[in-house]
Amino acid sequence: MIEVRNTSKSYGRTIVVDDVSITLPAGGVISLIGPNGAGKSTLLSIISRLLPMTAGTVTVDGMDVTTTPGDVLARRLSILRQDNQILARLTVRDLIAFGRYPHSKGRLTVEDRGHIERVIDYLDLGAVAHRFLDELSGGQRQRAFIAMVLCQDTEYILLDEPLNNLDVKHAVAMMALFRRTADAFGKTVILVLHDINFASCYSDRIVAMRDGRIAYEGPPEAIITTDVIRDVYGVEAAIHEIDGQRIALYFR
Amino acid sequence: MPRDLRSPGGAAGRAASPVLLLATLSVLTVASVVLFLTVNARGNWGFILGFRGTKVAAMALVGYAVAVSTVLFQTITNNRILTPSIMGFDVLYRLIQTVLVFQLGSAAVAGIDPRLRFGVEVGAMVAFSWLLYRWLFSGGVRGLHLLMLVGIVFGVLFRSLSGFLQRIIDPNEFLVVQDRMFASFNRVDAHLLAVSAVVILAVSVVIWRRMKVFDVLALGREAAINLGVDHRRAVTLVLVLVSVLVSVSTALVGPVTFLGLLVANFAYTLVRTHEHRVILPVAVLLGILTLTGGQLILERVMGFNSALGIVIEFLGGIAFLFILVRRSAR
Repeated sequence: MIEVRNTSKSYGRTIVVDDVSITLPAGGVISLIGPNGAGKSTLLSIISRLLPMTAGTVTVDGMDVTTTPGDVLARRLSILRQDNQILARLTVRDLIAFGRYPHSKGRLTVEDRGHIERVIDYLDLGAVAHRFLDELSGGQRQRAFIAMVLCQDTEYILLDEPLNNLDVKHAVAMMALFRRTADAFGKTVILVLHDINFASCYSDRIVAMRDGRIAYEGPPEAIITTDVIRDVYGVEAAIHEIDGQRIALYFR
Repeated sequence: MPRDLRSPGGAAGRAASPVLLLATLSVLTVASVVLFLTVNARGNWGFILGFRGTKVAAMALVGYAVAVSTVLFQTITNNRILTPSIMGFDVLYRLIQTVLVFQLGSAAVAGIDPRLRFGVEVGAMVAFSWLLYRWLFSGGVRGLHLLMLVGIVFGVLFRSLSGFLQRIIDPNEFLVVQDRMFASFNRVDAHLLAVSAVVILAVSVVIWRRMKVFDVLALGREAAINLGVDHRRAVTLVLVLVSVLVSVSTALVGPVTFLGLLVANFAYTLVRTHEHRVILPVAVLLGILTLTGGQLILERVMGFNSALGIVIEFLGGIAFLFILVRRSAR
């Protein structure tokens, strides 16, 4: 369980996250949605201790993220931010192997190697596993980074816009994979998503943010409504239920 | 894809090449050292080996210190065109030299016990960098880029100060100062070599135990934190190690700004892996090879007795421009 208590983040006078309190239960897929600048990515960075908070506390399974040693948290929670630039010459397999660092500190065990191979299979990266990252397409790179985070094998997996750079086929495959990771392995996957409909179709819970605050939270049925979307994004959306999935139409 | 053919077996296919590369470089380095010691040697062998041996030892220490400090600095900054000199180390060295000569006069400076002067120089440079990092990291301001900007500003300050002193100094004294501004392996004190070797050895022990951490740091701040590395502490440690290494090499022979840039980038090109336990030794060997080989060519083949530092600055400057142009072309 991740508990965020009265957490704020401000840069000078600009408040980015404004006194947010929320409890995210363990298990399932949770999506954070909201317009640009709503504070979604900032909140995710605070939870994953990438960014110090101005006020408040965040605990992950009772561990305070500001005081718990980094390597202890790294075995419980993983985070992938949006743009990942790496200068070093790394193959896909090298990168994925880094996911085992919190567990074996760079000396790979047989168990680690098993994890690495399973993740490569799981994400269908076998054909490019020996390639260098700078030789890959944007989508392949993105999948390689997600593979590293999955290889870390943590209870909580936090991903900031993981569908960036992915085409429709790979985006759907990726969301299905997150769903499976949550269902089959009992992991908690927390995503920042821009596509409301992906959030609607794959999430157990949706948290909608606006102006640094949490505006709404609940299951997709409660969030994907004309009123909520108008309030959060300021657009008129018609909601259609198709095959049991709530789809928001806001394209024109 | 041609690149696929180069590494067909993945990890297994690439495993042999670092060993081969290291072996080749070791042989070349040893050959260059032996040649430097023996070519054109006439007369008393004991004297020649002692005389040239001191130079070789200095070059080995400096090559080692400059290569390791540059690679580590580039690892934590995630930038391959930076060298630790951006933090104002070599200008601080110039300032110390100038102030010493200005205050005490060149005769008195030459009379100071070299070990004492060495200790003061290294101490001042490490203290400066330590204060800089401490102040920056404790004041709630974070970020390496700010640190580097402040380093550049300090560099300008130091340069202006020493420029000012050099203008009002006695012209004869100015010549002495100017001579000390360029790296030279011809005026190394043998006593200092032992002290430097001990310092560098101590730093190396610390570095050797953290090779894997450096690999993680090269992924960038966020990835490193995600993988459980205490990024701030690790970076501070690296900066202190770098400042010790740069101080020792600068105090030993003077500033060699571009050598590190040259060997680090050459090492990245040769080594097709991200692992520091391969990159660092390759860079070190390249550093020693460049210095001994360069000095050999300069002294014995071209008959110059000038400072190798000048040539390295020249070549390093060209390499720097080349890297810049190639990066912007991409």
